[in-house]
Amino acid sequence: MNNVFVYCEIEGTTVAEVSQELLTKGRKLANELGVELDAVVVGTGIKDKVESQILPYGVDKLFVFDAEGLFPYTSAPHTDILVNLFKEEKPQICLMGATVIGRDLGPRVSSSLTSGLTADCTQLEIGSYEDKKTGKIYNGLLYQIRPAFGGNIVATIVNPDHRPQMATVRSGVMEQAIYDGKAKNDVVYADVAKYVPTTDFVVKVLDRHVEAAKHNLKGAPIVVAGGYGVGSKAGFDQLALLAKELHGEVGASRAAVDAGWADHDRQIGQTGLTVHPKVYIACGISGQIQHISGMQDSGIIISINNDPDAPINKIADYIINGTVEEVVPKLIKYYKQNSK
Amino acid sequence: MKLKIVVLAKQVPDTRNVGKDAMTAEGTVNRAALPAIFNPEDLNALEQALRLKDQNPGSTVGILTMGPPRAGEIIRQGLYRGTDTGWLLTDRLFAGADTLATSYALATGIQKIGHVDIVIGGRQAIDGDTAQVGPQVAQKLGLNQVTYAEEIIKVEDGKATIRRHIDGGVETVETPLPVVITVNGSAAPCRPCNAKLVMKYKYATCPMERKGDEPWTNLYAERPYLTLNQWSVADVDGDAAQCGLSGSPTKVKAVKNIVFQAKESKSLTGSDVDVEGLITELLDEKIIG
Repeated sequence: MNNVFVYCEIEGTTVAEVSQELLTKGRKLANELGVELDAVVVGTGIKDKVESQILPYGVDKLFVFDAEGLFPYTSAPHTDILVNLFKEEKPQICLMGATVIGRDLGPRVSSSLTSGLTADCTQLEIGSYEDKKTGKIYNGLLYQIRPAFGGNIVATIVNPDHRPQMATVRSGVMEQAIYDGKAKNDVVYADVAKYVPTTDFVVKVLDRHVEAAKHNLKGAPIVVAGGYGVGSKAGFDQLALLAKELHGEVGASRAAVDAGWADHDRQIGQTGLTVHPKVYIACGISGQIQHISGMQDSGIIISINNDPDAPINKIADYIINGTVEEVVPKLIKYYKQNSK
Repeated sequence: MKLKIVVLAKQVPDTRNVGKDAMTAEGTVNRAALPAIFNPEDLNALEQALRLKDQNPGSTVGILTMGPPRAGEIIRQGLYRGTDTGWLLTDRLFAGADTLATSYALATGIQKIGHVDIVIGGRQAIDGDTAQVGPQVAQKLGLNQVTYAEEIIKVEDGKATIRRHIDGGVETVETPLPVVITVNGSAAPCRPCNAKLVMKYKYATCPMERKGDEPWTNLYAERPYLTLNQWSVADVDGDAAQCGLSGSPTKVKAVKNIVFQAKESKSLTGSDVDVEGLITELLDEKIIG
């Protein structure tokens, strides 16, 4: 009762990273609220294969639903598992990935339970809320913080009267860390037939092609992008180091791609990807309009350039006048020193 | 087979082209300063619906939308492209709806329309980006759903075969009808308006859109197809408590304007002091974690 629940998404028998990130976040929220962290995983042939990928993140109770037909994911069986499980367990919070699956499943569960759901949260916090109409004060609510309105505003959403408070979060937004405290680590192997009527298995997956993603540039909260001013392929290795430290991804301008320093699928701009990360670090990018059109919606733009008149500086929040090879190693060094 | 198709479409502010007047000083959205457009992915959905109509003679396509009276424009935009009809859910009681209350309203509208084979809409609207309304409608109606669809490959023998986007790939699924489908932006773009249909329907309006003194007012008596369906909460036998603000479990606690405008940049050098200062500032502001 009243616990924090995380729906763990799987591909085959591999638990998605976003789910592990949410377990880490869920553990913190549960600790703050003084409740348990529970998890649920649904698939086929997953028993004894997924537990070790979930329990170390501080899970008190893991519900495993393992039966034929539960992988690949289809909407109805997974919905009924969560709806029926939540009717029994009555969690106060439910988190899932803002993935194709999470955004298919979350709204269905929330619609069935008439609970509120907030999509694509970028922050989750616990706090209080006063209903201005009734004057009633709510404590210990989940603040579901997300960009809205095309990313032009950030809204804090609460869900005062309905449970569970549901939120989805994109991969890479939250930190992922094994829990160093104590958790119960109980595992329940559920009787799937009690939760899922056979009539749920109506949508058939005929064919499926999945490739492991080479990068998550589009959804990355931090992008370290390099242009011709990076100067060399070795310079891009430095950018990759910085991106790794910041849990971000490496992007490139067309000039850098044309020079062969970065793969074509990392190109940002009109003929490449459009990104809108929280932080965009433009390294040695002059800022042609074609490039700017692909990244101008970024939250904070940091430009590193030894040309003070580079066009990108006009839209940058921070302009560092210097060379990439001088500044990037310093960013790495001071980030390591100061982030704890 | 003859299909009855309902397209869920939304009139949205054009959040991709936010000018400097789009936000008030308090950080709230100044909707009046933004042009209202047909939600882009709903246009992808409309195209899939019109293709099904082309392939299955005798099929009908109608647009269901919820909004203020001016959202009748969405229905006209459909008629210009070849839809047969439309329904506007408009009532002050619908206002302030979150996705759950919106899906309740749309679901009651669909029940009022009667048996439907395919309900289809865009994956998400650009003002909210939640992708929730389609699945919530499906759940409320007890229908199957296929989200992130890129192409409806075929519909025959009461089943639809659909190619859909999944994380890191694609999937082909087969679902019995009736089904709710949401369409991804990577699906085919929508056909343009047909000039003849524009001429035919340009004065098609919902009663609430009319001012009463336009020169073409006399047309409405002789051409009934120019009067679009307009439904209130009572018309769809809706429960007002589940509509609008009162039917919305989520509440907005705070809104912060992060609109990107000409800004005051901070200039730094590449010195150790400046770089470390920047890093600590970003960490303190929780801009980086």
